[in-house]
Amino acid sequence: MLSNTGNFLLILSILFTSFIIYQSFACLKKTNDMIFKSIYKISLLQSTTILICFFTLVGAFMVSDFSLINVYQNSHTLKPIFYKISGTWGNHEGSLLLWVIILTIFSFLFLITNKNHPKNYRINTLIIQNILILGFLFFILFNSNPFSSISPIPKEGLGLNPILQDPALAIHPPLLYVGFVGSSIYFSAAMASVITNYSGKFFAQSIKSWVIISWSFQTLGILVGSIWAYYELGWGGFWFWDPVENASLLPWFAMTALLHSLLVLEKRNILYFWSIILCLLTFTLSVTGTFLVRSGILNSVHTFANDPSRGIYILSFLSLMIFASVYILFTKYKPTNDQINSNSKETFILINNWFMMFYLITVLLGTLYPIFTDAISNNKISVGPPFYNSVIIPVVIIFLFFMAIGPKVRWIKNEFLNFKDLLKIIVGAIAVNFIITYFFKSYSLISNLIIISSVFLIISTILDAFKRPKINFARIISHFSFGFLIFFIGLNHNFSIEKDFNLKLGETKKIDNYNFELKDLKLQQYDNYKAVIGKIQISDLSTNKKRTLNPEIRIYDNPQTLTYEASIKTNFFRDYYLTMSNIDRSDYYNIKFQEKPLMIWIWISVVMLSFGGFLSFIRNAKNN
Amino acid sequence: MQKIIKITIIFLLIFILGIFFLSLNKSSNYNTESLVGNKLGEIELVSFQDDSIFTNDDFKKNSFTLINFWASWCAPCRIEHPQLMELSKENNIKILGVNFKDKKINALKFLKDLGDPYEYLTRDSNGKQSVNFGIYGIPESILIDNKLTIIKKFVGPLTKQDLNNIKEIINNL
Repeated sequence: MLSNTGNFLLILSILFTSFIIYQSFACLKKTNDMIFKSIYKISLLQSTTILICFFTLVGAFMVSDFSLINVYQNSHTLKPIFYKISGTWGNHEGSLLLWVIILTIFSFLFLITNKNHPKNYRINTLIIQNILILGFLFFILFNSNPFSSISPIPKEGLGLNPILQDPALAIHPPLLYVGFVGSSIYFSAAMASVITNYSGKFFAQSIKSWVIISWSFQTLGILVGSIWAYYELGWGGFWFWDPVENASLLPWFAMTALLHSLLVLEKRNILYFWSIILCLLTFTLSVTGTFLVRSGILNSVHTFANDPSRGIYILSFLSLMIFASVYILFTKYKPTNDQINSNSKETFILINNWFMMFYLITVLLGTLYPIFTDAISNNKISVGPPFYNSVIIPVVIIFLFFMAIGPKVRWIKNEFLNFKDLLKIIVGAIAVNFIITYFFKSYSLISNLIIISSVFLIISTILDAFKRPKINFARIISHFSFGFLIFFIGLNHNFSIEKDFNLKLGETKKIDNYNFELKDLKLQQYDNYKAVIGKIQISDLSTNKKRTLNPEIRIYDNPQTLTYEASIKTNFFRDYYLTMSNIDRSDYYNIKFQEKPLMIWIWISVVMLSFGGFLSFIRNAKNN
Repeated sequence: MQKIIKITIIFLLIFILGIFFLSLNKSSNYNTESLVGNKLGEIELVSFQDDSIFTNDDFKKNSFTLINFWASWCAPCRIEHPQLMELSKENNIKILGVNFKDKKINALKFLKDLGDPYEYLTRDSNGKQSVNFGIYGIPESILIDNKLTIIKKFVGPLTKQDLNNIKEIINNL
């Protein structure tokens, strides 16, 4: 039943989408400045239909309707209801439906919120966006249909991959999708802008809110994924430069660059084509990421199943998008004579863009290089953290300095830079760094520079907030949080402690300043798994403080999987992180203990960073 | 100049998309089947009985060698054992056993109970040597000739059919 309903709704959505495109072309032919009422109505119907379609699938997961292959493969009756629901987008087909929802809702919202912009620009945006929607709907219907039925109906489902049964992962995809699928709307708008010659300041205003909102969600989405990796994967790290993580970071770089170049376009009416390229690049990178992850070229938890036809479809779609945008750019591009004074805010924003492009190219190369060598020479290599760290970290130092100075510089032409003030701040930053190394621990030259440059950014941003009569809180918070983020990552990296040893029940081990005792092991049965829970007491010999951590070894039934759950004790100063794994045919358990200082502040910094984005969104909405 | 830039961009894009297309037809799963036809890398295995070392040169004496990775705790190894016993009767082939992450006493009991098909027996107590052969689970067997070329790989327990397959290869050449 649900299979028919779902398929019917999908087909209905395709009809509505086609009708919107048809009506939009008809509307373009009319010379007056009005958009047909019917277009608004069908757009609303289209969004509603696709939402109902999605909730039909959610319903199927909730009632465990195993007549749908998708539910059968990704759910199980014993799964808690929360994970039944999140299982809807925890798989390829369901998550594509989420894609289309965001494409559609953004399309509708863009249509109704940009009434003060010319008709042709809006209609062209609508047409392009709906072509994208149509492409994805066809993909869903013919290749990745979540409503495909199975007969005879299985009695029980196969279950959701246990490491995906996690609250952070339940909200990770929706957040990330609002980010990178949301970028589709300014892809469409950028194409429409070039086609209709609607350029400059007004174009910037029409897409600014969309860029900000997608950037903020993308930031949050990356954060949640990172937190999940931190406590679920049991390595104690939060960023691994894994190709899939990189796939989410690439559009983020492009978005961040765009966010800043739009400021210039809005204020000075320059950098138009550059902004257009960034708009096109952001969504293209999002689809490229999806292609890499879903086609199975890259192996990761995000690769749901290998199906070459799926890859071919996304690749054709991606190629079409790329060549259409390149064609439109090449035919419409006009060289502009942008006058930019080297000592002006414009220059500093351009510098931000160059840095972002540098990061983007570095990460892109690192991600694609193994794929290229494998395809060309059959050589399997992997590009790991050493590459990214050695290329990116030194550049971050210079970047932070520019980031601190940029906002102080005026538009068009700055009179002079107050070097005295800058010198004072830098002395302050060096002093902070000196205090840290003197009282705690000394670290490498590059770490010293990282701490100094991040403190420099923090202090100068705070001073900025006090000096200016009219301050932009959104910018202050974002820049300030970014400084803190780098600062805390630097400290965390330098002060983390890691110990690896074996313990058996009742045994105590003394390592450095800590005593570890495996006090108890108990087996507990839960709804969908059983767990061996260890009770490990850590006594800090210097303070005599005792802490108990309870790492788990979980045995999931559906599908049968063994996972190791880290036990983490968090406070404002540090995280105690402990994982326990069994050793085959032995009474010993392998214990991995880590002390990670200021961990929670890394998360808080990123939350603040995206909060800055949301503030900026509100501010922008008020101004317009 | 502008034309050159445009053409470069287009070629670059076609190149990237082309590579993506090529990659689609490759499996990214690590598959040791691809090792077939390659030469065996440098190896050094420690004998099961004493500390003598078994190296590549020792393989060159036999026209064929089957390297079999096994352990007493591995149930499928028990299933394939009769096949190994039968193969050990062939003249053209010698079997090298690599005892994988096992306890000596258990391994010896296993061979005492089920028979010892191995011409040579080596041990890999921590599983590190086996990684060099591309082994990620046991049982697994690798058939090589005296030039150290990998002729065939068998992932999982050897079946009757695999056994016939091996016999055919060694007796035809």
